[in-house]
Amino acid sequence: MSTNTEQRGEKGDILLDMRDVRIDGFSDERWHEIIKGVDLTLKRGEVLGLIGESGAGKSTLGKAAMGYAQPGCKIKSGSIMFDGIDLMAATEAEKRELWGSRIAYVAQSAAASFNPAHRLLDQTIEATVGHNVSSEEDARKDAVELYDSLSLPHPNSIGERYPHQVSGGQLQRVMTAMAMSPRPDLIIFDEPTTALDVTTQVEVLLAMREIVERFNTAAIYITHDLAVVAQMADRIKVLRYGEEVEDATTESMLSAPKEDYTKSLWSVRALEKSESPSDDIVLDIKNIDAAYARSVKVLKDVSIKVPRGRTVSIVGESGSGKSTTARVLTGLLPPEAGTIKFNGEVLPAELKNRSKDQLRRIQMIYQMADTAMNPKQTVGEIIGRPLDFYHELSGADRDKRVSELLDLIELDDSFIDRLPSELSGGQKQRICIARALAAEPEVIICDEVTSALDQIVQEGILKLLLRLQKELGITYLFITHDIAVVSAISDEIVVMFQGEVVEQGLKSQILQPPYPDYTQLLLSSVPEMDPNWLDKFVEARD
Amino acid sequence: MNEEKTYSAAGEVGQVRVRRSRWERIRIELKKAPVSAWFGMIVIAIYAFVAIFAQFLAPFGEAQIFPKADLPWAMLGGETQHFFGTDQIGRDTLSRMIFGAQNTIGIALTTTVLSFLIGGSLGLIAAINQSWLDQLLSRGVDVIMSIPSLIFALMLLSIFGSSIPTLIFIIAALDSTRVFRLTRSVAINVVVMDYVEAARLRGEGLGWVMRREILPNILPPLVAEFGLRFSFVFLIIAALSFLGLGIQPPTADWGSMVRDGSRFIQFVAYDWTLALPSLLPAGAVALLTVAVNFVVDWFLHKTSGLRDEH
Repeated sequence: MSTNTEQRGEKGDILLDMRDVRIDGFSDERWHEIIKGVDLTLKRGEVLGLIGESGAGKSTLGKAAMGYAQPGCKIKSGSIMFDGIDLMAATEAEKRELWGSRIAYVAQSAAASFNPAHRLLDQTIEATVGHNVSSEEDARKDAVELYDSLSLPHPNSIGERYPHQVSGGQLQRVMTAMAMSPRPDLIIFDEPTTALDVTTQVEVLLAMREIVERFNTAAIYITHDLAVVAQMADRIKVLRYGEEVEDATTESMLSAPKEDYTKSLWSVRALEKSESPSDDIVLDIKNIDAAYARSVKVLKDVSIKVPRGRTVSIVGESGSGKSTTARVLTGLLPPEAGTIKFNGEVLPAELKNRSKDQLRRIQMIYQMADTAMNPKQTVGEIIGRPLDFYHELSGADRDKRVSELLDLIELDDSFIDRLPSELSGGQKQRICIARALAAEPEVIICDEVTSALDQIVQEGILKLLLRLQKELGITYLFITHDIAVVSAISDEIVVMFQGEVVEQGLKSQILQPPYPDYTQLLLSSVPEMDPNWLDKFVEARD
Repeated sequence: MNEEKTYSAAGEVGQVRVRRSRWERIRIELKKAPVSAWFGMIVIAIYAFVAIFAQFLAPFGEAQIFPKADLPWAMLGGETQHFFGTDQIGRDTLSRMIFGAQNTIGIALTTTVLSFLIGGSLGLIAAINQSWLDQLLSRGVDVIMSIPSLIFALMLLSIFGSSIPTLIFIIAALDSTRVFRLTRSVAINVVVMDYVEAARLRGEGLGWVMRREILPNILPPLVAEFGLRFSFVFLIIAALSFLGLGIQPPTADWGSMVRDGSRFIQFVAYDWTLALPSLLPAGAVALLTVAVNFVVDWFLHKTSGLRDEH
């Protein structure tokens, strides 16, 4: 292994050199420039973090580093030199020879990248054997070693499993093993941990960093999560609208960002709300048991009290029962036992038994604004329907109220005729908020409303929600796994684990030690804006 | 404050594409349409024109009998007004072709619309319901589909008699099974979307959820299927008429014209024009089927999300 690296050059040599790269993307019947002349240099063994909002061109640039342009894109001009090879001039066949042997790519969704019909081990070594990097026998042996060093359970036998038989975090690590198997010079990580829980993310990050260091591999790490990139990267490059904003070493970028845009990215996590306790309970959930298909029990004796005009956050990793609690509240999943009291009255368990007025008072905002809006309806129709349905507004009255609502969410009348596909991610979520507000609800259930958004957009949405609460006195039940969001918006916090409430209390109580074990793990797993955080985490854990 | 730094939601607009008007989009799509699609659209337009204005276009009546029968192509000799001659009992072939277009296309269209109304609404209900009703409908459809549809239709027609309304209803009912399956399978993917759940949480009724939330999103495959089903219904009617259980004389239709003309086939060895009375209506059926399929292919390609590499 070490001989392999030595043959290919010393640490510190320039491995990848991209100059004035311009990439065009095709949309709307025209070509648009989506990367506008970016330079990128990467030395052997160096990890470069590439961050920016979605649409900034991070992934496009990352793929261009392999000399690859995804369908609908083309690399227009510039030079891409990889270890002395001109990728702009290389033929498809030459590039294919490099891909999978000297350059590897780790995609965001491992689940979608594996072939469900083949065993993990066969897929791990496919490229290595296919490119004649090593014999099949050696590759298999090496893959098991890689599984071991990525701390996958049962490294000897896990390769015999199929993709659906391992968890998402494990699959992401197997994918890293797959990328590492031919000992590439360069690995491109494209948001590899975005889809994972915080507690899993830490494990995957650790494994990836360890292995990249061990084999002295250069890497480009693409993400929108600053705290994550701070753990991984030696150097950070910030992109916006296809242009470079800033490029500096991680330490200096974190301690002294130069550009205003970079500073604004950093400031997002500073948002905070001072808590205020209240005893006026609007929603009282008592001893709820719930199960899917009468057999899989997902909620066990869940009791939550939600005070009026306040924000209660439910936190926990996926599978902890957060979203199921929301389904029970909305009546989609009638509980097996327990009651829900709304304003002191018992709420019928099933959706169809609730009155129109009861439905109106509890509204829901979804995680994916994309799927929460009918793509064939315009903004005016989407916001107008609850007005029509609950308040029997029509014609000019309805139009007037729609524009008032748009005003409330800081958008203007020009949006009325747009379809959801003509909105950005943050705008979509705002429209969903407006739709919920149109019903004039007392409680809004927010199911991971910011987790699909970029940090800077997240901040905007959270500020909006806080402002609306202040103005309209709405109660939020906030479901999230993001502790930064929790501390920004909540008054009270409920921690859930495996279908049970671990604890409920005011924010200051929950976020203060001593914690129950699970809360401790959950809180400590959230990356901080400190490049040494991961090391400290490992120290503290060991 | 610095403008770059200040975040404004409306400011995100700059990164978002602008919508064209509906007409503009249709115009662009038409411009990009391949030759085959254009051919199909023109052929369909001509057929539609002929079918709608049959009464004005046909030189003679649908069942008007002339005392002197003419051979096809007799026109070339100059002694008759029947361009394609007459059939064996002296009815003008050209006129019957034109009326045949009206009858055959009209009946096929009505049948297809009916089968989509039945199959589509039941498919949507099954997709939303997803419990015993879905099972009942789906298994019922499986049973009906397991019987070859032409034989099933023949059986039903001989029980109920072959008037045009029963013909339409029986073929529509048999055909709706396929529409049901398609609608159910595409709707099932839409039913799980959050916006459908949002509508249910709002308290919307079944009708609204079906018409406003689901239907607009499954329309493209249904429209494509409509074209294909239309072709098949057309062929089934022609086949039934050929077998004598479809449209009854004296109503002109292409299937029975093929059957009537086929009697001359043994004489084709002596006069090739005698093949025309069966070849003309058969060709008319074939051409329309091909044309509809060209248009449907184009439409399917466009909506399947497969993008051409640029």
